[in-house]
Amino acid sequence: MIYAAGVDVGSTQTKAIVLSEEKKIIGRSLINTGAFVSQAAERAFRAAVESAGIPPEQVAYVVGTGYGRYKVTFGDAQITEISCHARGAKFLFPNTRTVIDMGGQDAKGIRVGDDGDVKDFVMNDKCAAGTGRFLSNAAETLGVSLDEIGPISLQGKKAVRLSTVCAVFVESDIMSYLAEGKTMPDILAGVHSAIAARTVALVRRVGIEAEVSFTGGVSLNIGMVRALEEKLGVPVNVCEDSHYIGAIGAALFALERALAGIAAQAKQAAFQDVNLPAESGNPPLVWPTTPGSAAGAH
Amino acid sequence: MAQDPLKKNGSKTEYQGKIHLLQKEMIGRYFDRLTAAAEGRGDKAVYMMISGNPVELIQAFDMLPVYPEVNALQLAVKKQALPFILQAEEMGYSIDNCAYVKADIGMYFGGRKTAFATIPTPDLILCNYVGCNVYLQWFEHLNEYSGAPIYNLDVPFCRTPTGRPTEDDIHYVVKQLEEVIAVCERITGKSLDYKKLQRIVELSGETGDLWAEIKKLTRRKPAPFDAYFDSVTMMAPLYCLRGTEDGLRFFQEAYQELKEKADRREGPLPEERFRFVIEGPPPWPFLRTFRDMFSRWGAVAVASTYSTVGGLWEFGFRHDSRRPLESIAEHMLYWNLTNRNFLQRYQQIKEYVEDWDADALVIHSVKSCRLFSAGQGDMREYFAKDLNIPTLLIESDLEDPRYFSEAQLRNRVDAFFESLEHKKMVLQR
Repeated sequence: MIYAAGVDVGSTQTKAIVLSEEKKIIGRSLINTGAFVSQAAERAFRAAVESAGIPPEQVAYVVGTGYGRYKVTFGDAQITEISCHARGAKFLFPNTRTVIDMGGQDAKGIRVGDDGDVKDFVMNDKCAAGTGRFLSNAAETLGVSLDEIGPISLQGKKAVRLSTVCAVFVESDIMSYLAEGKTMPDILAGVHSAIAARTVALVRRVGIEAEVSFTGGVSLNIGMVRALEEKLGVPVNVCEDSHYIGAIGAALFALERALAGIAAQAKQAAFQDVNLPAESGNPPLVWPTTPGSAAGAH
Repeated sequence: MAQDPLKKNGSKTEYQGKIHLLQKEMIGRYFDRLTAAAEGRGDKAVYMMISGNPVELIQAFDMLPVYPEVNALQLAVKKQALPFILQAEEMGYSIDNCAYVKADIGMYFGGRKTAFATIPTPDLILCNYVGCNVYLQWFEHLNEYSGAPIYNLDVPFCRTPTGRPTEDDIHYVVKQLEEVIAVCERITGKSLDYKKLQRIVELSGETGDLWAEIKKLTRRKPAPFDAYFDSVTMMAPLYCLRGTEDGLRFFQEAYQELKEKADRREGPLPEERFRFVIEGPPPWPFLRTFRDMFSRWGAVAVASTYSTVGGLWEFGFRHDSRRPLESIAEHMLYWNLTNRNFLQRYQQIKEYVEDWDADALVIHSVKSCRLFSAGQGDMREYFAKDLNIPTLLIESDLEDPRYFSEAQLRNRVDAFFESLEHKKMVLQR
């Protein structure tokens, strides 16, 4: 039996997935990333392997993804989460043509091809406006938890119109609405609607085609799911594994390579924390491949 | 761990040839002239702008062309820009202001000493480009700060769909060039030597021939040099030394070296895996990091719009010694990227993609330059959707290091080439 794993090192959480040869998820883990990124990647990998009940040596290939992908020092390859989200979404929802991914600091839209490849993608500008961070700042200002804001927003009768999608200025906007006596559901409905509008505008740049799959941590927020559906006019696919999709995609890439007989390189024995490459340094280069690519054989 | 093919081959990601050494030597001498002028033992300094620059006129009076844009980008490359930018912001320049302007103004008040030269104060401020309102005010500010005379050369923007200037446009600019000549005569105390001007224009014409041929060499496979990252090396001689014997010699040697490389089928990277066209100025504070993001993928720029801000020689322009002032005027009006409209820029990029056989277009948008960047969202749409050319739009800044987020940029560049890689594999199957 061949096993493969994907480790998605995000800015706030690290997710790991172990797949069996039949593409069954047999192990998973989710931990906070924290300051020690390599250790987080390793811990997540080990926890996922443990939950799968197999020894780590049996994992033939590991792909790292997410912002910390180059910190997956024991991995065999690194692939961006953009490619991994496309692949993962297509796996969970085979009719996916468009992926909307919302995470802690970015929002992206991906147009997906027939075999889960990336046809085109757009991301938010270098600014957290309209991302998960906007939601968490709004929740904090209102004194409610991130898990609660979605359901509360659905109770809103008349959504307020926010003048900003800036993750910082949202606080003063909310404060002034509270001072005006607006209710929390109406304010949160406005918050969700503002982000949904911005995200849909962003994703339109790659062209929105059904089916749309919504991935990333924010996809667990029912308020955002509904707000997006309203703006798009079509239902969006979500599932409770949505925020594992990057790791699932990475594991699928890993499995393909393992199955293609691309031998995993010797795992680095020491899992020490390596600094991110210096300005002139080259992080390890990996050609993202599906089986048969010569470049993938390194 | 997968191996980095560049490291495996023991190659640098950067091609360092004779052109780089010769450029260093010649531009080093040019910087020495700046310092000499700053110390009061050199030539009269004329501040000018790169866009379609009329450097020939300045050379004809043995005056020293000084480009605040070149100084600003050198500050960025040498990682000296930020303190000057902050100094300008303290003076009241907005955070959204062009960072070239802020670095230059900060440097002007910060003693004008840099790692490459001491910059002279101007004897003449020649604002030869008015297509950018911010640039116009930049030179007006310098005029106010230095008290040096200013001449605003009003160059009509290419505003019609064909973009061709009219006879009246040319006449209008020539008349102003004649006024500039009178100003230079007054400052230098010399009359214009028309024969000398003709000779300088002739040298510029020959330089243009060579530069155009050099740029066509990247149509070959592999491209013998990177038309973005290596072209910028050749742009300094093109603007600072054009119209001189030295300048011509630089381009003769560059052409010979690059042609030989092309004949040997040698490129700047061990393997040319992708060919791309790039639009927009480079992020000067992180030039090397930015270059590596593409080199790692075996991606080589085969053409760049940025290398045409000073002139569009590869599309046929030549200075003409039989009609020196008219050809200088045509250069300023029509034969440079920045004075053209966006549809003309689309057409230029389209020709690059087709004739230079590129796989993709990369647009590097500049946060602090709306002139260059406004419209790039539509440009992306046009190339990606209408022409079906894979197009990546990324953003940082040409001067301000605070706008450069390495992780964000690398993520986008990696994802883009991952998808190109996939496309390539599907085609091969």
